[in-house]
Amino acid sequence: MISTQDLTLRVDGRVLVERLDWRVNAGESWCVIGPNGAGKSTLLRTVAGLRAPDGGAVALAGKPVADWSLPALARERAYLAQSRGDAFAYRVIETVLMARHPYHADRYWEGSDDHAAAEAALRTLDVLHLAERDVRTLSGGERQRVAIAALLAQDTPLLLLDEPANALDLAHQVAVTELMSGLCRAGRAVVSVGHDLNLAWSGATHALLLNGDGSWHAGVTRDVMRPDLLSACLGHPIVALAHGARIVFLPDAPASGIVPSPLRSIQ
Amino acid sequence: MSVLPAASRSRQRAALALLLACALLAFAAAGLAGSVPVPFSDVPHALASLAAGEPDGMSATLLDVRLGRASSAFVTGAALALAGVMMQALVRNPLADPYVLGVSAGAAVGALAALLFGAALWMVDLGALAGAVGISLLLYGLARRDLGGGRGSARTGESGVLLLTGVVLVTLMLSLAPESRLRGMVFWMIGDLAGSSWRLLPWLVLGAAVLLALRRARAMNVMALHADAAAALGIDVAFERRFLFLCSGLLTACAVSTGGSIGFVGLVVPHACRYAFGPDHRILLPAATLAGGGFLVLADTLARTVLAPQQLPVGVLTALIGVPVFLFQLHQLHVRRR
Repeated sequence: MISTQDLTLRVDGRVLVERLDWRVNAGESWCVIGPNGAGKSTLLRTVAGLRAPDGGAVALAGKPVADWSLPALARERAYLAQSRGDAFAYRVIETVLMARHPYHADRYWEGSDDHAAAEAALRTLDVLHLAERDVRTLSGGERQRVAIAALLAQDTPLLLLDEPANALDLAHQVAVTELMSGLCRAGRAVVSVGHDLNLAWSGATHALLLNGDGSWHAGVTRDVMRPDLLSACLGHPIVALAHGARIVFLPDAPASGIVPSPLRSIQ
Repeated sequence: MSVLPAASRSRQRAALALLLACALLAFAAAGLAGSVPVPFSDVPHALASLAAGEPDGMSATLLDVRLGRASSAFVTGAALALAGVMMQALVRNPLADPYVLGVSAGAAVGALAALLFGAALWMVDLGALAGAVGISLLLYGLARRDLGGGRGSARTGESGVLLLTGVVLVTLMLSLAPESRLRGMVFWMIGDLAGSSWRLLPWLVLGAAVLLALRRARAMNVMALHADAAAALGIDVAFERRFLFLCSGLLTACAVSTGGSIGFVGLVVPHACRYAFGPDHRILLPAATLAGGGFLVLADTLARTVLAPQQLPVGVLTALIGVPVFLFQLHQLHVRRR
């Protein structure tokens, strides 16, 4: 689905990712992990074709991203931005219907097929009851679920999500993670940026660690989400504990200095 | 639960028909009202002679003058409201004004320079148009890179500087002007439609702009919703931004060269239409065009009748209506944000 070759990303002269060779195939769910400012969002935007690579090449379905026409690209990949600022009082259903734009730019009104797709997406994300609400009156989590519903309505084989679990309550974090795994089993590809290692472990099949200094690790989660690699990547010691059949990642107590002394005495 | 739109679609159609009817009523009022009333019974004959191209008799002449002025008012108001909708979608701010680019300042410099030198009326219009187009092109050149980039809004810093330069030049010309020409210059600045008559060019520009805008209404919706991710839905953001910039600049230039810098129409009318019909540009564009035109026809009719035979510049009336409405809208916006 995606393949990058010698991809280099730079922001303000700083090298974030260097010579990334990466392949995402249909049916795979990737999580991108890294500290703040490591280039996770930049990578996602570059792969989405919203930004030109600073070196190397990105291809989507075997064709360089820059060679795709914008509407065709919009039928191939969907992109969830990290945040949204709503200036106008659109209704929830309208924002989801707009995600059908790439399918018929020449049609003035949406057809009943678009309405069916939008309703199904809203129902999947458990926000159908909000359909007539003004988006500016939604809570952060509700707005996020509406945005993910719009992504589903766009109905693309590749989904790129920048922190989809942002502002969601625990139940919906789990539900969205399940939903994405389900989409992958049905043959789509998902790349999501996230900070919750446990969600990433339970939802993803593959992981890409960006260390922020240009270096990176990519592979199936079992090989890449190792405590030593994660600790080095995130700059904090991390332990993996077996909990029944599951593995739980926890930040380890720091070696010294950071935890105030009263807390240390409790330990 | 179904959210199928059939019912709301027919309601929107009814609303547009109602707005069209209101605009026609405004024309009728503009034709009949005035210091010398036109009797109702004369109207069919007068209209027939007008249609034949030879105004015949008192009523026909009055109708010719008044409807000509009303047609200028309509096209000016419609252009300003449409430009307002576009500018608001471009900078993603419902309180943006078509004059935010400094087009009115440019037009004012051009028109006042012509008035200062005592030029003929058509030269004043030409001066306004030249000033407005000139400043639009200058800004377009400055903002071209920003419009193409993926950033959230067009830069307005330069337009602020140009606006200030315009204001300084206008003040300079007003203080240099001889007494006899001062009144005309001040009226132009406030916005006045007196003496305007049938003109084809603004209608052509308005018609072309409406057609082009309707074709892009869906793209405008996506751009107004997503600052950043419109490109992810297949919108050529750079192209759309340039289109909106040039189109609203041209419409505003057309409007100011017809009626001077009439304030508040481009701000209040789009906002009221958004309040009544929602922010969907497929409805908003035609609705704001009709409402803006009808509003200015009514305002101009009031301006020449309330203190008849004294004529007020129409800009005074739009400001009198616009300021409280704008304050109310501002208040509503803050209440909703809270």
